[in-house]
Amino acid sequence: MTLVDQLPALQVAVPLIGAPLCALLGRPRLAWPFAVAVAWITFAIAIALLARVLAGGPIHYTMGGWPPVLGIEYVIDPLNALVLVLVSGMAAVIMPAVRLGIDVEVVHRARHLFLTVALLALAGMLGIAITGDVFNLYVFLEISSLASYALVAMGVDRRATRAAFNYLILGTIGATFILIGVGLAYMMTGTLNMGDMATRLAGAADTAPVQAALAFILVGAGIKFAIFPAHAWMPNAYTYAPSLVSAFFGATATKIGAYILIRFVYSVFGADFSFDVMKIDWVLVPLGLAGAVFGSIVAVWQDDLRRMLAYSSVAQVGYIAAAIGYGNHDGLVAAIIHVFNHGLMKGALFLVMACVIFRLGKADMASFRGLGRRMPVTMGCFVAAGLSMIGVPATVGFISKWYLVTGAIEAGLWPVAVVIVASSLIAVIYIWRVVEAAYFTEPPPGGDAVAEAPATLLAPTVVLTALCIVFGLATGLTVGVAGEAAGVLGVAP
Amino acid sequence: MDILAAVDAHAVQWGAIVLLMIGLYIVMTRHNLIKKVVGLNIFQTAVFLFYISVAWVREGTAPIVDEDAELYSNPLPHVLILTAIVVSVATMALALALIVRIRESYGSIEEDEMARVDESGRR
Repeated sequence: MTLVDQLPALQVAVPLIGAPLCALLGRPRLAWPFAVAVAWITFAIAIALLARVLAGGPIHYTMGGWPPVLGIEYVIDPLNALVLVLVSGMAAVIMPAVRLGIDVEVVHRARHLFLTVALLALAGMLGIAITGDVFNLYVFLEISSLASYALVAMGVDRRATRAAFNYLILGTIGATFILIGVGLAYMMTGTLNMGDMATRLAGAADTAPVQAALAFILVGAGIKFAIFPAHAWMPNAYTYAPSLVSAFFGATATKIGAYILIRFVYSVFGADFSFDVMKIDWVLVPLGLAGAVFGSIVAVWQDDLRRMLAYSSVAQVGYIAAAIGYGNHDGLVAAIIHVFNHGLMKGALFLVMACVIFRLGKADMASFRGLGRRMPVTMGCFVAAGLSMIGVPATVGFISKWYLVTGAIEAGLWPVAVVIVASSLIAVIYIWRVVEAAYFTEPPPGGDAVAEAPATLLAPTVVLTALCIVFGLATGLTVGVAGEAAGVLGVAP
Repeated sequence: MDILAAVDAHAVQWGAIVLLMIGLYIVMTRHNLIKKVVGLNIFQTAVFLFYISVAWVREGTAPIVDEDAELYSNPLPHVLILTAIVVSVATMALALALIVRIRESYGSIEEDEMARVDESGRR
C-alpha cells in the first residue's frame, strides 16, 4: 500500500484532523496559514483522485481493509470526483480570504473557532461525496450540517442566529427524512453499501417500503438542496451569514444536496425505478421550473444584494432539479455541469459581496451607487460573473443553459425550454439593476476613501471570475467529466 | 377488525408513526423556540424507535453469542441508532446554544416577539 492508494481516506481525514488542530493553535494568526495549507492539500488530493478516475475508472477503497458490504467502502467515480474537486477547490480559493474576512464579519467571541468549524464543514461535505455507504452518508451529512448552522450563526447581525436556528430546524428535518428513507431501504435489503443495495433493490421495486424510501429521500435531499418550496432556510441564512460563508455554501451546500439526489436516484434506486415506477419527473420538473421562475422574480425586488443572490440560487437550484427530472443523458449532463458551473459563479458573486462589505460594511443597493469607479476590479468581476449567471456565450453559464435547453428539447419538453429561457431573461433584470447603480449613478458624497478590497480578498474573487470564463471557453473538462459521469450512472447518450 | 389486526401486528411501527407526526406538528405549529426543539427531539426519537423495531427478530434473543441460542436479533440497527443518538444530542446542544444567543440579543425566544424586535430595528 503506497500513499497514493490511501488518497480516498486522506481526502476526508486531512480536513477532519486539521479541524481540532486549528482549535489547538488558537489565534487566527497561527491557525489561518495552517487552515489554508489544509485546504490546498485537500484540493490537491481531489485533483489527483479525479485524474486517477479519468485514467483508470472508478476507485474502490475499503476503509480499514474490511471487505465491502461488511465495512464502509469509499467509491469514487467521475461524478463524485468532480464534486470533490468543486468543494475542496472552493475551500482552497476562499480560505486565503478568511484572515481579513473574519475581522469584519464574524462576531468577536467566535473568531478563534471559525476556521475549526469551517474545516469540519469541509470534511463533512467531502465525506458525503466520497462515501459508498448510505448510513455513512447520513453521518457526514450531519457533520457538515451542524458545522453549517454554527458558521451561519457567527454573522455579526443578530438576525444571523435566527437564520441559523431556522436552518437547523429545517436541515434536521431534511436529514432525518433521509435517515427514514435509508432505514426503509435497509429494512428491505439488509445492506448499507450503495452498490450492494442497488442490486438488491432491483428485485423489490414493487414493494411499498422501497417506494416510501425513495419518497422520503427525495423530500429530505430536496430540503438540503433547497428545491422550491423547501428553500425557506436559504435566503436568511445566506443574507446574515458572514459573506465568505455564503460564498462557500452558495457554491457547495446546495450542490451537495443535488449530489445526494443524483446518487440515490440514479445509482442506488436506479433510473428505471425512479422514473418508470415512482415518476419522480412529475415532481422534479414542475417544482424545478416553479423555483426557477419564483426565485428569479423575487430576486428582482431585493434591496440587500446577498438576499438577491440567495433567491437567484433558488432559481439555479430549480434548473438543476428540472434537469435531473428530464431523465435523459443530456439532462443529467446539464445537471452535473450546472452543479459545477453554478458553484463557480455563485462563489465569485458572493466574494464580490465580501469585498464590498469589507469596505462599506453592507451590501444594499444604495452602497453600490457609483462603485464601478471606486472598486473597478470588484465590479468588473460582478459584471463578468453576472453575465455568466444570465447565460451569455463565452461564460460557464452559457454552457449550462445550452445543455439545459437541449436536454429539455430532447426529452420533448418544449415548454420547459421556454421557461428556462424566460427565467434567464429575468436574471438580466436583477443583474442590470446592480450594473446600473454601479456604473450609471453618481457615487454618494463623502465616500472618497472607498477603494479596492485588499489583495487577499480580491485575488480569490478574480480567480473564480476568471474560471467562469476559462471553463466557458474550454468546455472539454466539465462536459467530458459530466458525460463520463452520466455514462457510469447508466444513462447512455 | 382488519385495522385493529394491522395495528396489532405493527404496534411499534404505528407508535413510531404517531410520535413522528406529533413531533413534526409541534415543530411546525409552536412559536416558542424551546418547544420547537422539544418537537424536533420527539420527531428524531420516533425514527430511532422505528429503526429498533426493524431489528427485532421473532423468537430471537439479544445478539450475544450463546450456545443455547439459535436466533439473534439484528444488532446492526442498534449500532446505527447509537450513532444517530449522538448526532441528535449534538443537534440539541447546538440548538439550545443558539437559543441562548437569541435570548441574549432579542430578549425573547418567542418568534412573533423576535419578529417585532427586527421590525422596530429596521425603522
